Amino acid sequence: MRVRSLTLLGITAGIAVVLTCIGIVPIQAGARDEIFEIPKGTWARRMSGDKVEILPDHIRLTLGLRDVLVLRNHDDVPQIFGPTLMMPGQSFRLPFERAAEYQFACTAHASGQMTITVDPTPATPWARLLWRARELLHSHG
Amino acid sequence: MSTFTRIAAAWALVLVTLAAPASEALKAGVFDPPRSAPDFSLAGSNGHELKISQYRGKIVLLAFGFTSCTEVCPITLNTFAVTRRKLGVAAADVQVVYVTVDPARDVPARLAKYLGSFDPTFIGGTGTEAQLAAVRKNYGVSAEKKVVGNDYAYAHSSFTYLIDRNGRIRALMPYGHSPDDYAHDLAILLKE
Repeated sequence: MRVRSLTLLGITAGIAVVLTCIGIVPIQAGARDEIFEIPKGTWARRMSGDKVEILPDHIRLTLGLRDVLVLRNHDDVPQIFGPTLMMPGQSFRLPFERAAEYQFACTAHASGQMTITVDPTPATPWARLLWRARELLHSHG
Repeated sequence: MSTFTRIAAAWALVLVTLAAPASEALKAGVFDPPRSAPDFSLAGSNGHELKISQYRGKIVLLAFGFTSCTEVCPITLNTFAVTRRKLGVAAADVQVVYVTVDPARDVPARLAKYLGSFDPTFIGGTGTEAQLAAVRKNYGVSAEKKVVGNDYAYAHSSFTYLIDRNGRIRALMPYGHSPDDYAHDLAILLKE
C-alpha cells in the first residue's frame, strides 16, 4: 500500500516537473503566419451546392508568436475572403501589433462578422503551458 | 504651386522618408500582387465628377461610410485629419476619398459640409443606389441598412484602402488604427 502510494506520488511529481519545465522554457517564435487558403475549384463546389467553410468566424492569434493573418485565394474567381475582396492568385497579409479583439464585417459568414482575438504573448509558465497545449491540439486538427 | 511650396514639399518628403523605418513593413494588411483600383464616376462633394483615377500620382485613402454614422466614420475621418497634420507639407500628396453608402441623405452639399469639418481637402462621393452598389461590389465593401425606430443606419465595412501613386490597391487598414500607424505607412508609400 505504502509502495503504491509512493509510486503514485513519484508519478505525480514527475508529471508536475515535466509540466513546469514545459512552462518555464521560453517559446521560440517560428513562422508567425496563420494561413488560410481558398483552394482551386472552391467557387465551382459552392455553385454545385457544397457548403465550403474555409475561414472560421473566430480566429485566435497570439502576439509575438502567431500574429500575422495570411489569406490566399488559389481559386479562379475573385472571392470575398474574410474582410476583403481577393483576386485569383492574390494573397493578403495582415499583421497585428496589439492584443485585442478585432471585428470585421464578413459576408462569407452567416453572422456577417468575423472575430479575430489576439492574445497577449504568454508571459507566465502557466500561460506558456496553455499556449503549447493549444498549439498541440491545433496541429492535430 | 509656388516655388517655395514645392521646396517645402520636397523637404517634408525627405523628412518623412527619413522617419520611415528601415524594414519598410506596412502596418496595414498588404495585397500581393496589388491590383488596380477599380475606377468609378460619382458626384463629388466639390461639385465636380469624382473618379478615383484622377488622383494618380497621389496616395489615396479610400473609405466608405455615411455622414449620420455615429460610431465608426467620425473616428476614421478624425484619424485621417490628424494623420495629414502629422505629415506636414507632404500631406499635399495624400488624398482622402470618402464614398457614401447612404445616397438618400448624403447629397454632395451635405458631404462637403460634413467632410469639411474634419479637413477641407477631403473629397466625398455619392451617386445613385445602383452606382454606389457597383462601387462597393468592385471594392468588396458591405453595407447593410438597419432600421432603428423611425430612423435608419448602416452596418458597413469600416476598413480603409491605401491606394498608391500608380492607382494600385496596396493595403487595407482595419478600423481602429492610430494616426501614427497611418503616418508610418503613408511615409513608406510616399517615398516610392
